[in-house]
Amino acid sequence: MAKPAPVADTRDPGSATTTSKRAVSARDIDLPPVMVKQGGPLAKWADDRLGVGGLSKFLMRKIFPDHWSFLLGEIALWSFIVLLITGVFLTIWFKPSMAEVEYVGSYQLMKGMMMSQAFASTIDISMDIRGGLLLRQMHHWAALLFVAAMFTHAARIFFTGAFRKPREINWLIGVGLLFLGTMAGFSGYSLPDDLLSGTGLRFADGLMRSIPLIGTWAEFFVFNGQFPGDLIVSRLYMVHILLIPGLILGLIAAHMVIMVYQKHTQFPGPGRTEHNVVGYPLFPVYIAKMTGFFFIVFGTITLFGALVSINPVWTYGPYNPSQVTAGSQPDWYMGWVEGAVRIMPGWESHWGHTTWSWNVFVPGVILLGAFFTLMALWPWIEHWFTGDERNHNLLDRPQDNPTRTAFGVAIITFMLLLQFGGANDIIATHFKLSLNAISWFLRFAIFVVPVIAFWVTKRICLGLKKGDQERLLHGSPTGEVHRDANGAYIEDHVPISHEEAFALTAIDAPEPLTVAAQADAHGVRRTDGDVSAMRARASHWWSESNIPHPTREELEEAHSHHGDGHEIEPADKH
Amino acid sequence: MNTNASTELTPRPVDDPGVEPHVLSYRASDPEVDKEAERRVIACFGLSALFALSSVVIYFAVPHTIAIRVGSFDGNLHNVLFGVTMGLGILLIGLGVIMWARNLMNDEELTEERHDPASSEETRTEVLVMLSDGVRDSGVARRRFLMGSLGGALGLFALPLIVTLADMGPWPTKRVRQQTIERTLFAEATPQKPIRLVNDVSWKPLRAADLEIGQLVNAQPENLRELHDVEYQQAKAKSSIILVRMDPDSIKIPESRRDWQVSGILCYSKICTHVGCPITLWEQQTHHLLCPCHQSTFDLGNSGNVVFGPAARSLPQLKIGVDGEGYLIATQDFTVPVGPSYFERDSRNDFKEGDA
Amino acid sequence: MKYLSTRRRHPAAKPLILVLALFLVGAVYALVIPSSQVSAAPGLSQQVQEGKALFQVSCSSCHGLNGEGTSQGPSLVGVGAASVDFQMGTGRMPMARPGQQAPRKDSEFSPEEISAISSYVATLGPGPGIPAASVVDPSKLTDEELARGGDLFKTNCSACHNVSGQGGALPNGKYAPPLTGVQPVHIYEAMRIGPQQMPVFSKNVITDEDATQIIGYLETVQNRNPGGGLSLGNLGPVTEGLWAWVVGIGGLVVIATWIASKGARSK
Repeated sequence: MAKPAPVADTRDPGSATTTSKRAVSARDIDLPPVMVKQGGPLAKWADDRLGVGGLSKFLMRKIFPDHWSFLLGEIALWSFIVLLITGVFLTIWFKPSMAEVEYVGSYQLMKGMMMSQAFASTIDISMDIRGGLLLRQMHHWAALLFVAAMFTHAARIFFTGAFRKPREINWLIGVGLLFLGTMAGFSGYSLPDDLLSGTGLRFADGLMRSIPLIGTWAEFFVFNGQFPGDLIVSRLYMVHILLIPGLILGLIAAHMVIMVYQKHTQFPGPGRTEHNVVGYPLFPVYIAKMTGFFFIVFGTITLFGALVSINPVWTYGPYNPSQVTAGSQPDWYMGWVEGAVRIMPGWESHWGHTTWSWNVFVPGVILLGAFFTLMALWPWIEHWFTGDERNHNLLDRPQDNPTRTAFGVAIITFMLLLQFGGANDIIATHFKLSLNAISWFLRFAIFVVPVIAFWVTKRICLGLKKGDQERLLHGSPTGEVHRDANGAYIEDHVPISHEEAFALTAIDAPEPLTVAAQADAHGVRRTDGDVSAMRARASHWWSESNIPHPTREELEEAHSHHGDGHEIEPADKH
Repeated sequence: MNTNASTELTPRPVDDPGVEPHVLSYRASDPEVDKEAERRVIACFGLSALFALSSVVIYFAVPHTIAIRVGSFDGNLHNVLFGVTMGLGILLIGLGVIMWARNLMNDEELTEERHDPASSEETRTEVLVMLSDGVRDSGVARRRFLMGSLGGALGLFALPLIVTLADMGPWPTKRVRQQTIERTLFAEATPQKPIRLVNDVSWKPLRAADLEIGQLVNAQPENLRELHDVEYQQAKAKSSIILVRMDPDSIKIPESRRDWQVSGILCYSKICTHVGCPITLWEQQTHHLLCPCHQSTFDLGNSGNVVFGPAARSLPQLKIGVDGEGYLIATQDFTVPVGPSYFERDSRNDFKEGDA
Repeated sequence: MKYLSTRRRHPAAKPLILVLALFLVGAVYALVIPSSQVSAAPGLSQQVQEGKALFQVSCSSCHGLNGEGTSQGPSLVGVGAASVDFQMGTGRMPMARPGQQAPRKDSEFSPEEISAISSYVATLGPGPGIPAASVVDPSKLTDEELARGGDLFKTNCSACHNVSGQGGALPNGKYAPPLTGVQPVHIYEAMRIGPQQMPVFSKNVITDEDATQIIGYLETVQNRNPGGGLSLGNLGPVTEGLWAWVVGIGGLVVIATWIASKGARSK
């Protein structure tokens, strides 16, 4: 290959065509000397070989809208980077072997005990390797944050409707990442082979066994025979440091590329439409903010690792199948499954010489599977209700779609209740409640409370939307009250700003589907074929809380109208 | 394009006022404030470097064996000092960069047009034409048998790889199950060659006279001690037992289990029938045994029946007796497999409430 | 009343006993007669005499004038000195009101008074005694013995009391109390007597040597165990998850709000 030419404008016949164009135009523009002297030649060197010019042109001034909730996914991304960094350090010392060794390290309460090599090396990392404890604790804190941030990020996407067309694929990838993240967490906290992780594996063993038909086979294949076997730690190690991180990295890459290609969504606002994106350019503002946030997340996790204890494996001791501790819980993201397993009644069928353990299979396998399936299918479930074929680049506020928001709140309530179930022993001792009473309460509450939450949320959303309608038509209350000629007290209102009025009317909720109409209000034929009567009814139910925006005429009428109980000051602003 | 009917097709009730005019930040309109903001960012970066260097010094200078305990804080001095300085060093870079971005960079918001992700109709048609050209060139449409054979080959090439997974573990056939999950170390016991029950951890053989009413003993079969490594763990995960002594008058002993106990000393599997946690949380007054993992509760005064929680089957009871020297012994295995359920488990023989 | 006034009563307790007796006479009369014949022992030592008087003032309303038990409280015949020392030393007895579980609290009695009452109760029937100081002193244990104590603790105790002695839940509102700050002698006594729902761990099974090691492990794990920082109550993943959400996600969201906010404007 040709060496980089010493002069910036030499045309290399092999280089991409964009390079030559750019080289010409770069000379035409007044560039600062630093760009000509250093940046120019370096950029040319890279562009000659990789054609990075085109990519840079595409990316460099790409616009990213600014909103705090758009940074939740970044918390997850940066936690994952911290996981990779700290994880690499941990692999330097960790020995993924279940071979039995006698402990010879410095920790007093393990002296002379027999334990697996995996556990012994974890104690060494925590006690004898300088900085090892910090990295271990950082790794675990980063893992908890990683999954928590993915959950909050997914919730933001859900409540703002960002999963709708054209972003269904990225939503699916996100669901995959969430699932992989929890699996990474589970495989990770099982590695130290301490009493708590062994108890978790024992549970996983029971879970696998409960699968009808193939349960015993699954157990024997995963554990290489009976629990605990001698290979599970090394197998999980492979899953934890190779398989899952590899998949996560690939999916993150796809997630990012699709996000950049489709451009980020934005909230309605002045100048913000379905066809543009308003915000800061990637270079320099957004890249600076991203970098800054990475260091803040990294630094926060480091401080947690330095100051807050997590998973003190040395206290739990090595796994021993005849030992257990009160307060045996999984990490929080498995807590709701744990709760479901705890409050499930002891139902089991004994048909012939077979055993069907619904008591484990339903809450442990079915529920977990149902949650991720429901989540993955949500964009299509919502589409079934709405028949909405439009592209959506403007986000809903949660109250803009009361039914969806209410459903999301109901699901979160359900999971939160189960989470309480997973911590029922801690709750019982710390709030002086009866363990059995909590379980009995939850057995009913998980069905009743989400319904109440659904109804209440929907009411709240409707109230907020009606408030918006009031503001649009009658303006914003000033807090000043005066008495009119008839003796009635009237609160003064000022019209809301043009910007706010635009934002409040920027998005239309989809029209409910009807059986007869095969074309929507805009005359565009729907592609979803025949609408069944059931679907039409469901669609009507979904949209019953829609409040159509006032029309242009209604707004003008309201603004010019005086004295119907919402006195409006003469508009002097516009 | 095409099917993507966007909201803009409907006339909006309110006209787009356009992006708010850019207002200079306080900083940009006052050079003094600007300088001050810059100084703050520089201070962040400077402090960060100091912290990074001091954490390196701390790493080597501070011994990692000193504990610091203040109230509920209980840490290792090396970990705290090293981590805090390192963390602050990292955090300050972040804070500095954000302050730079927020206060010193141009904060004018820009607008970029979106492109519809869908390609144009012309492109779509072009691609379809290319596709059909390709299909024609390859002869796929005409050579059906070739395609079929390729499909067959592709379907099968991965099979050998998948087959290698067949030996991930032994196959739990009926015979293998009988040798593994359906058998414990007590199976080696016979009336002629009984196995003594020993205290877990201390391996001390247990005498019936050692147990008082209300006593709980975590025990193992004596022959567990001969095992090591994986065999030891696998055996222990099934053979762990608890012995409890209750007032024989205060408990229900079914006729079939009359001779399974020694003057109120009963022996149960320690492995929960739910998902297999070892259970020892025994209330000596109610005779209830609670699993700390999922709160299944068994009544040891009533053949180990489930009284609460997600477990579905009673706790297996082991027939025990005493030998000539007064030691507690087992002469046979559990009558049902211990531990959590599995599909092929014949659960018709487990003890149920009401069995005699 | 005749029996009481002539044979059993200490002069100092007279007024109180009279008041109590008036209250209880109907309920306990029938029970007093048989048991008083059994436990009447001439020549009681000074300490036992004092203990008996204290017992009759403070304990007899539930446990009967002679410790024979009533519908309010169990018989104390044969529970031994260890039982009294444990129950009173940890403030569980006397109970403020009958309930399903007596909570630990500061004892209202001086060590001398407790010791007097325990020696009196010990005379009611043979039972576990208070251990010698050397038995509950773990200071001479080697590291290996402490580690073995941990093994014993995790096999026998941690299912209820948690691996670092933080306590845990039992069915129906009962609980295994935390072992933090409990005197070694009381831990020893609890093993031997099996108070309330706790099972007995008798000397022949968990030997004195084992008990000392368990006490040594607990003492070490609670006072000298290296920690990773803020303990979060040593409650495991539940409080860790709470911290990750509240402080972690909560704190980072606050920072995200700052990052996405616009700076001060000149207008």
